[in-house]
Amino acid sequence: MNTLSIRHLYASIGEKPILEDLNLDIPQGEVHAIMGKNGSGKSTLAKVIAGHPDYTVTSGDVLLHGESILGMDPQVRARLGFFLAFQYPMEIPGVTIANFIRAALQARLPEGEELEATDYYAELYAKMDTLGIPRSFTARSVNVGFSGGEKKRCEILQMMMLKPRCALLDETDSGLDIDALKVVASGVNALRSSEIGMLVITHYQRLLDYIVPDRVHVMAAGKIVLSGEKDLALKLEAKGYDWVSA
Amino acid sequence: MNFEKKSEINIDRSLGDFSYDVDYTFDAGVGLSESTIDYICDVKNDPDWVRSFRKEGYRKFLEKPMPTHWATKDLENIVFENIRYYLSQGSIPKRTWEEVPEDVKKTFERLGIPEQERKYLAGVEAQFDSEAAYSNIKAAVGKQGVIFVGSAEGLREHPEIFRKWFGKVIPSGDNKFSALNSAVFSGGSFIYVPPGVKVAHPLQAYFRINAQNFGQFERTLIIADEGAEVVYMEGCTAPKFETATLHSAVVELVALKGAKIQYITVQNWSSNVFNLVTKRGVAYEDAQIKWIDCNIGSRLTMKYPGVVMKGRRARGEVVSIALAGEGQHQDTGAKMIHAADETSSNIISKSISLGSGRATYRGMVHVPKHLKKCKNNTECDALLINTQSRTDTYPAITVRGQGHSVQHEASVSQINEEQIFYMQQRGLSEAAAMSLAVNGFVNDLVEQFPMEYSIELKRLIDLEMEGSVG
Repeated sequence: MNTLSIRHLYASIGEKPILEDLNLDIPQGEVHAIMGKNGSGKSTLAKVIAGHPDYTVTSGDVLLHGESILGMDPQVRARLGFFLAFQYPMEIPGVTIANFIRAALQARLPEGEELEATDYYAELYAKMDTLGIPRSFTARSVNVGFSGGEKKRCEILQMMMLKPRCALLDETDSGLDIDALKVVASGVNALRSSEIGMLVITHYQRLLDYIVPDRVHVMAAGKIVLSGEKDLALKLEAKGYDWVSA
Repeated sequence: MNFEKKSEINIDRSLGDFSYDVDYTFDAGVGLSESTIDYICDVKNDPDWVRSFRKEGYRKFLEKPMPTHWATKDLENIVFENIRYYLSQGSIPKRTWEEVPEDVKKTFERLGIPEQERKYLAGVEAQFDSEAAYSNIKAAVGKQGVIFVGSAEGLREHPEIFRKWFGKVIPSGDNKFSALNSAVFSGGSFIYVPPGVKVAHPLQAYFRINAQNFGQFERTLIIADEGAEVVYMEGCTAPKFETATLHSAVVELVALKGAKIQYITVQNWSSNVFNLVTKRGVAYEDAQIKWIDCNIGSRLTMKYPGVVMKGRRARGEVVSIALAGEGQHQDTGAKMIHAADETSSNIISKSISLGSGRATYRGMVHVPKHLKKCKNNTECDALLINTQSRTDTYPAITVRGQGHSVQHEASVSQINEEQIFYMQQRGLSEAAAMSLAVNGFVNDLVEQFPMEYSIELKRLIDLEMEGSVG
């Protein structure tokens, strides 16, 4: 079973086509990486899968565990187990991280069922410890005044709490120093299992030293142009992206 | 996500849209005349001085023009002849829960007051229409010498304190609506806290309007004697009726030397209510008055709690939250009158406009020339939800003389579509995301409300937001 299947996907923003005939399968339990130059459509792909209203899918399909998710509201896709770690996480002034994650978990429960607060905090604190996040963090407003590293850690914390079946990390390594990168990667690796499929979008091969992918895909001009084993990332690093398009 | 396309706002008022039959023993009929006032005086068995106070109020009400030079035209739609100025259940204030009429209990039940809050109700002065239907002073408060009664009982039983301050902070001729209130007032609370007494628990009152076309004109007077401290809370919800209802209260606070008064209001009027309230306090030397005010609902609210800082180092504060829903106009703000040296005032106002709602901040800060070292800080932030939502800010800050410090900050923001998308990606519905963002916007102010009120406030905001999207 594929966690995520993308079939002949065409998508545009306004009149401008960005994704053109993109095909990709991520089997359950695998971690794939997408690499590519700026403007190759990597982040668009992430937003289209998440259901961002600015993008229009003109043809093709996106299947989550065999079920087409196109046409579903973003929150429905999320509740089906899709998680996107944002490249630029949004600030939500006045809403604490603890309350935000709690609201997100609560939204997944059937009507009338309440999240057990004690269990919730126990789990939250345990995961924060894993990511080296101090307790005081929970009282801060989501992403407000966070450093780049704090934002990314906060994304991974949310991912660990929401336990997705399919996770997409959009340039999670950008703006991270090597220590923060290691912490974030350890969080991702802790989540790796036969149950989850992951897609890691990155510009640099550096992240892939810590999150070792099963497959690497290279994206250019809105489609996958090359796929290979993990050593493909190293080749790219050595030869540059022009080597692919050449 | 396109907000313009989602202009259809259906505010869920199921919490407020109901009424039960109540047997009104006394009814002054519709319209206002000298004989209406005599009827009220006779029914309430008012002393002569109150009768002449009411009649003077009535004369001023007729004389005073509507505040049309700046107020919204909607005020002209109040038809004074169609309003019922006095209704009574004919019941004297009740002391225990058991004595409270079943209808009233049912109403509280329907409002969903949680168990914890019902405990609070044991010490609550709750007004059901014109008369206090339920009033039970906590034993501890009574033992401290605190007087907490309905205004009718206050003027009858404690005339020596009542008369000294009644109508002094807000003279009946202050504005047309304070004059109207002076003419026909009934209900409201009278509180006196003796010198040095600090009331540990907030005193509470719960107001509702429950008769069609019935104006509620409660009158509250709170006096904190030297060094005394008291917190008073009022909450309002009103059932919805087809024709307009007028609510026009007058609240006077007196904080003597070194005293502290906090007055907290959370209200959720139905969208046909004109809510035109005059609230003002006088703070003497080293005294502090703080208004914490939350306005949700109503057709038009005009309310500018004020503090006159009459003694040295007195402090006045207004913290307000306004939510203007579809078709509603919240015209709120604050008045800070500095009348002594080294006085300080602080105004923090946050408003949310959704649908065609309009929120207006109107603030007056006055520091005359002869004073020294006065301080004012004003912050007003507005949040617009839909493209047709509206907000205006009219700060009037007059500072003369030197050595004063005045700060004013204002901001207008809109909920960002990317924020909503981010929250939706985490599994929240669009409405829940909006609700969370709005609650976040007012969160620092909501935290200033007592726990049970802040919970209710969040619930009210959620209810309003539920209908505002999709």
